[in-house]
Amino acid sequence: MGILEVKGVNKRFGGLQALGDVNLSVRENTVHAIIGPNGAGKSTLLNCLVGKLIPDTGSVMFDGQSVLGRQPHEINQMGISRVFQTPEIFGDLTVMENMMIPIFAKRDGAFRMHAVGNMMSEKGIVEAAEKMLVDMNMADKRDMHTASMSRGDKRRLEIGMCLAQEPKLLLLDEPTAGMARADTNNTIDLLKQIKEERDITIAIIEHDMHVVFSLADRITVLAQGTPLVEDDPQNIKGNPKVREAYLGETA
Amino acid sequence: MLGLNKKDTTLLLVVAILTLCAPFILNPFPEGSALAQFNAGYPDLMQRFVIFGIFAIGFNILFGLTGYLSFGHAAFLGVGSYSAVWMFKLLSMNVIPAIILSMIVSGLFAVVIGFVSLRRSGIYFSILTLAFAQMSFNLAYSVLTPITNGETGLQLTLNDPRILGMSATADGSIPVTSLFGLEMRSTYQMEVGAWLFQFNAGYYLCAAIMLLAFYLAIRIFRSPFGMMLRAVKSNQQRMRYTGLNPRPYTLAAFVISGMYAGLAGGLMASMDPLAGAERMQWTASGEVVLMTILGGAGTLIGPVLGAGFIKYFENIFSKINDNVLHSWFSFLPDGLEDFIVTIVHPFIGKGWHLTLGILFMLVVIFLPGGLVEGGQRIARLFRGKKTANTSKTKTEPAE
Ligand SMILES: Nc1ncnc2c1ncn2[C@@H]1O[C@H](COP(=O)(O)OP(=O)(O)O)[C@@H](O)[C@H]1O
Ligand SMILES: [Mg+2]
Repeated sequence: MGILEVKGVNKRFGGLQALGDVNLSVRENTVHAIIGPNGAGKSTLLNCLVGKLIPDTGSVMFDGQSVLGRQPHEINQMGISRVFQTPEIFGDLTVMENMMIPIFAKRDGAFRMHAVGNMMSEKGIVEAAEKMLVDMNMADKRDMHTASMSRGDKRRLEIGMCLAQEPKLLLLDEPTAGMARADTNNTIDLLKQIKEERDITIAIIEHDMHVVFSLADRITVLAQGTPLVEDDPQNIKGNPKVREAYLGETA
Repeated sequence: MLGLNKKDTTLLLVVAILTLCAPFILNPFPEGSALAQFNAGYPDLMQRFVIFGIFAIGFNILFGLTGYLSFGHAAFLGVGSYSAVWMFKLLSMNVIPAIILSMIVSGLFAVVIGFVSLRRSGIYFSILTLAFAQMSFNLAYSVLTPITNGETGLQLTLNDPRILGMSATADGSIPVTSLFGLEMRSTYQMEVGAWLFQFNAGYYLCAAIMLLAFYLAIRIFRSPFGMMLRAVKSNQQRMRYTGLNPRPYTLAAFVISGMYAGLAGGLMASMDPLAGAERMQWTASGEVVLMTILGGAGTLIGPVLGAGFIKYFENIFSKINDNVLHSWFSFLPDGLEDFIVTIVHPFIGKGWHLTLGILFMLVVIFLPGGLVEGGQRIARLFRGKKTANTSKTKTEPAE
């Protein structure tokens, strides 16, 4: 049994079958990559896992519990954190504040009325946030407003915010899409480091084959909403079906 | 001090000193002089300054932090006033129970209106709040006449069944509001040369409550809760996917700001025990939006400045008439005098809205951060000169 079990998931958008009978099993403490050509349904699948979309049929079990019918914040509180295709952070807040919010959410749950609480007395939260900034190599940006940061830094912060929650499962949707080469390499290095240093399960959607093969323990290839194969990276490379799906698209 | 950092403590102290010395500060011109027109240091007006200050401080907790623009906050102001007057009619002329009840009732209203309106955001939220407020206004005006006394407005009468206290005083008049016996209307007058300074009990009660309200607002701004409210404004999507539910946060902010409005309404009635439906009209809701934006939404002191600015205009500019203008420009040759008076005429008296409108547009266009940003720019001009000198001597690269 994997930590995440997706069984028989279907999702239609009008006449378009975005997901057709998707089965997926992500084992604990592995990096599971989901690859496939544009429009294969990768983001749709991810959205079904975090409560943004509800599948028409099928089941999604996380850690022995169904996530279907739960609100995004409830699913997050179960232990799933998500990184978006374009970094979603709090643009009007400082880097430090961005980092404190997930830690508050972890400690206090979905809502707490600490209206006259004092930030200065929240030592535990401040320390945890500062430690995570050091881990993310962003301590020098502590008081910066995030709106003025580079895409790579925003991504790094977003990943840090997700990690600060100590999630059981981290989902990443094309974390290097639209990034400059240097930012891409930075992000890959960061992910490798996370994989080595932390007990965490990662499911990643990625286009860049270099990224996929250097990170993944297991790969699922999605084409037209249906899993083509699921296998170890070395077997995926030579698989003729995968080549066809990819080369057919990129040629 | 009081759990505030140094900067906030200074701000609170400055505001405290200014409000306490307001009777002096607002009366800079000697009685009878040509400029006495611009004096604002009389009890009525000073009370209005601080009461609308409270209203705007509360509004800013919702709008400034979460970005949810309510166009119906006057409903809570009206509800607060009605509650307070009922308390005077039924219980006692003491303002404390009246103020407490006005906050409770407006808080309950805010829970209901907020619960429904916050299902939408942006313009739809604004429209929903506007609809609710307009509904309240119309109900108060007609259907709910037994409670609100309709068009006439709710007033005290000589046969109110006041439980703690008498229906009428010994000389047969309606009792006045008081704080444990201290009459709200009692005013100590101090004559210094040609100046007249007035110290009014009601004003000082309102000022003390305003300072308390301001202090609480600072605490909320600086609290983890305040940070969550700014997170709501910044990115609700990220918030949800970080395990936080934005809805109860916005509702809490809505209720808090509704209670601030109710408090303001209760204080209005405590200074002058009557309540009318027009207090709930959409123009009153719009006014607090103007105050907050004019002063600087999301800043601590902005709403107070905005409230003072608008109330000053409303009361001072509206009283300037052509006679006053003629007396100011009488030193000019007759033709020129008439010409200038004709030019200025649309901007004063009943035309004060025009002046305010133009000022509002100028501020929004050139100072999007409101009066507070204006103040900061001026401060930077002065400080800029100093730092420009010192930075020339620095050799390390700028970060
Ligand atoms: N909300 C939506 N409404 C309608 N069609 C959608 C929606 N989201 C995705 N789709 C369609 O579903 C298919 C899969 O999209 P997506 O999951 O974004 O693909 P990928 O992330 O693999 O590139 C595409 O054809 C896309 O146009
Ligand atoms: Mg996608």
